[in-house]
Amino acid sequence: MRRNRLAAIGILVAAAMLLVAGAPARAQDSIKIGWAISKTGPFAAGAGVTTLPNYQVWVKDVNDAGGINVGGKKLKIEVIEYDDRSNSEEMIKAVERLATQDKVDFILPPWSTGMNLAAAPIFNKLGYPQLAVTANTNQAPELTKRWPNLTFWLGLPSEIVDGIVETFAKLEKDGKINKKIAMIAVGDQFGIELSTATRAGLKKAGFDLVYDKSYPFGTQDMQPVLKDAQAANPDVLLAFSYPPDTFAITDTSKVLGFNPKVFFVGVGTAFPMYKGKFGAGADGIMGIGGSDASLPGIKWYIQHHKEVIGREPDRWASPITYASLQVLQQAIERVGKLDRAAVIKEINTGSFDTIIGKVKLENGLNKNIWAVGQWQGADFFGVAPISKQGAKPVIAKPAWQ
Amino acid sequence: MTLVLDIVLSGLVLGGMYALIALGLTLQYGIARIMNLSYGECLVAAAFAALYLYSGMAVNPVIGLLAVVPASFAANWLLYQIVLMPLVRRARNQGMLEVDSILGTFGILFVIQGLMLLTFGGSLQSYSYLSVPVHILGTTLALNRILALLFAVVIGGVLFLFLTRTRYGTALRAIAVNPDAARLSGIDIHAASALAFAAGGAIVGAGGVLISMFLTFSAAMGVVFTMKALIVVIMGGVGNMLGALIAGLLLGISETAVARLVDPGLTIAVTYALFLSVLLWRPTGLFGRPAR
Repeated sequence: MRRNRLAAIGILVAAAMLLVAGAPARAQDSIKIGWAISKTGPFAAGAGVTTLPNYQVWVKDVNDAGGINVGGKKLKIEVIEYDDRSNSEEMIKAVERLATQDKVDFILPPWSTGMNLAAAPIFNKLGYPQLAVTANTNQAPELTKRWPNLTFWLGLPSEIVDGIVETFAKLEKDGKINKKIAMIAVGDQFGIELSTATRAGLKKAGFDLVYDKSYPFGTQDMQPVLKDAQAANPDVLLAFSYPPDTFAITDTSKVLGFNPKVFFVGVGTAFPMYKGKFGAGADGIMGIGGSDASLPGIKWYIQHHKEVIGREPDRWASPITYASLQVLQQAIERVGKLDRAAVIKEINTGSFDTIIGKVKLENGLNKNIWAVGQWQGADFFGVAPISKQGAKPVIAKPAWQ
Repeated sequence: MTLVLDIVLSGLVLGGMYALIALGLTLQYGIARIMNLSYGECLVAAAFAALYLYSGMAVNPVIGLLAVVPASFAANWLLYQIVLMPLVRRARNQGMLEVDSILGTFGILFVIQGLMLLTFGGSLQSYSYLSVPVHILGTTLALNRILALLFAVVIGGVLFLFLTRTRYGTALRAIAVNPDAARLSGIDIHAASALAFAAGGAIVGAGGVLISMFLTFSAAMGVVFTMKALIVVIMGGVGNMLGALIAGLLLGISETAVARLVDPGLTIAVTYALFLSVLLWRPTGLFGRPAR
């Protein structure tokens, strides 16, 4: 009964909490850009690392430079922001409100795969471009065919899996590791999708999965899983984990003295906080993402982000988020007017110079991505796809420090 | 045999953390009769305080306890006096106070969460302290987690003795059982309840500091801890220190055993299965007395 009462109270309060921001009068010398993002609730942590800071940096950069050049006139960005409270229904309502009531010119996407998939129909109906950077799904090619305003930027899970298998296969071929792999994955869509695809890929490449388990979402006690993984004596630990579990897996492995030759952990590895927490212990650790830190654009971006936000960006989706915003700006400037259909077309067909290098979408998909990265000294370098320009060779993981 | 020992020791360490989280709530709910929904937020606030002291001022978290625990005690005492006292005075019976305190603390939850979001932002926080291996009977454990277990055992034990062996403890229990009769026996129930609530706050402060050494946390994560604490408190019997301690340890051992022997995917299932069976066979908790 108490639960019911609680649930009822929760819903009431949630309804009352819906953020209402006043819509300022339309000024002719500005371009209105809105977004609905998770500032509270369980997604706030992820959105607060990857998405929101980049929106803020980009808006500041554009406005500091005088604005977006639309047909010879520089228009400053006017921001309208809503908190979706990590709730997809709230997010959809906010997006609708941005388009119909606030009449914004462009809408930046929400954070996470689920939110972006939930937002796709409404973005399409309203005719706004959706640069879904923090979305990672194998359905992407079908979705961009169905909704041409939708673009994906983070690569497909299958591309990440290919990168992982390719990296391990090369290490094995070079005699650096044996065929024994321990794999653990968080028991939600992200973990299950990636581990299923990786399992198939690794088996095909002749690897032997000596430990292969999933754990419930939210688990931060990794001792039992890691003890059994350690007992299987693998050369590779591969974990598809979320940031709290990524930290826990690393920390616990260090305590247990579990130091396989390849140590690959999931989301969070590319966070500067990871390096901050583990220091030299992070050296040689692999994860999803990466960046080519030798690119001048990336060097500038990391420094600039630190100056504006006060901390470094993550090395997976953050640079791509900023690059996607550069693409949006360039597309608007090339079109020369606030014509969303034409901007969508330009995003899909144009070729753009960004901090991550040249970006040219193929069927709405960004192909300029890193599947696997590795901490080498101060930076998280892209190591796979191995054939990609700028890929660093993998270094051996040293002992824990 | 080594596997069994390994499971028991790792489980105790995990369970110690659960018990530590729950002890403060069982004081606040069991004695002060405030169902504090902002409990998890208080825990996370203490974790942020520890992080701030450690990374901002280079104060190690164990020393930090000396600052955070009294501060948390004072903050919770004030919270009780200023925000909750009107509810307590207005409440005609236990049920009404429960509903009012749920509503009141639900609001406080958002206030604390909002303040943390403003001050520290929404991102995840994590640092390492005392993350060094300790070898006990062939099992490797992390020192920071052992510390949390020790604190839980000491706090639980001391509180149990205090409540059962001292005059003031007996007075507190009297309030829990029958506030009206307690008042008739000359107990100042408002002062005593405020003290119990504040003591619960001090424990949550200690818990927050200790778990921040090994758990990753964010401003939005409070509810996770409130849920876990609630399960442990209800399993152990509301207001029963020893019950909360044992229920926490039991949960830790069961989760570890299932993860090692059956499948790590089932740890949450076993938590709720245990919870459900306790509720079915002993609705007042493992050590709870039948309802008054």
